[in-house]
Amino acid sequence: MTVKNFLYVNRKAPYGTIYALESLEVVLIGAAFDQDVSLAFVDDGVFQLTKGQNTDGIGVKNFSPTFRALGDYDVTKLFVEAESLAERGLTPDDLQEVMYEDEDDDWAEKPSIKIISRAEMADVMAGADVVLSF
Amino acid sequence: MKFGVVVSEGPYTHQAADSAYLFVKAALEAGHEVPRVFFYHDGVNVSTRLSVPPQDERNIQVNWTALAKEHEVDLVVCIAAAQRRGLLDENEATRQGKDANNIADGFRISGLGQLIEMGIQTDRLVTFGD
Repeated sequence: MTVKNFLYVNRKAPYGTIYALESLEVVLIGAAFDQDVSLAFVDDGVFQLTKGQNTDGIGVKNFSPTFRALGDYDVTKLFVEAESLAERGLTPDDLQEVMYEDEDDDWAEKPSIKIISRAEMADVMAGADVVLSF
Repeated sequence: MKFGVVVSEGPYTHQAADSAYLFVKAALEAGHEVPRVFFYHDGVNVSTRLSVPPQDERNIQVNWTALAKEHEVDLVVCIAAAQRRGLLDENEATRQGKDANNIADGFRISGLGQLIEMGIQTDRLVTFGD
């Protein structure tokens, strides 16, 4: 099968709209197709990865733990835009830890989240064959 | 050129479903191929045959159904998104124990795999949404 670079661009906060959840659903289904998958988090999308999310008060499911399972689906490239974090008063320490086991490196645990600049994010987008924006 | 198209906003509130329709129509008329359109998020609402807009307004669902029939475009409605929003075909209505179904001719309900497959098999994926 053809292998393409799929890039899922997450632009919205995790709750308030369904975009983030339905994006994650595509990523999980898409993992079965053995494509080269990356996720980008920009604008309010960076809030999707914040740690300590608690949705008890709003009656919707807290799906943030699902990000930590992405490594099991060979989804190991989560690009977070530094400027988007900074503009929202967030630092990398505000994000949850997402790790994967690198099968090419004796299953060493490595972080999936990479903080990159806006200019680098443009390169990531330019390098993708298929961009799905949520 | 082979295009895949995603519609991710609902009809009438957003222009996405209209713009996508006009894009697909123009692409086909220009000799391109559009094998499939995938309706996701509120875009699934385009597929209800029960919407009755005023007579002097365009009917977005009817437009899509006609286009699909004329050019054999595969109109796929995401099942997970559709179930959340009350869009059911006959099989789903029976399976879920509901007393009605509302999917229009030309549309079919299927899974997100169809979206990924479309991304793999087309030259360009074009999303219409916000």
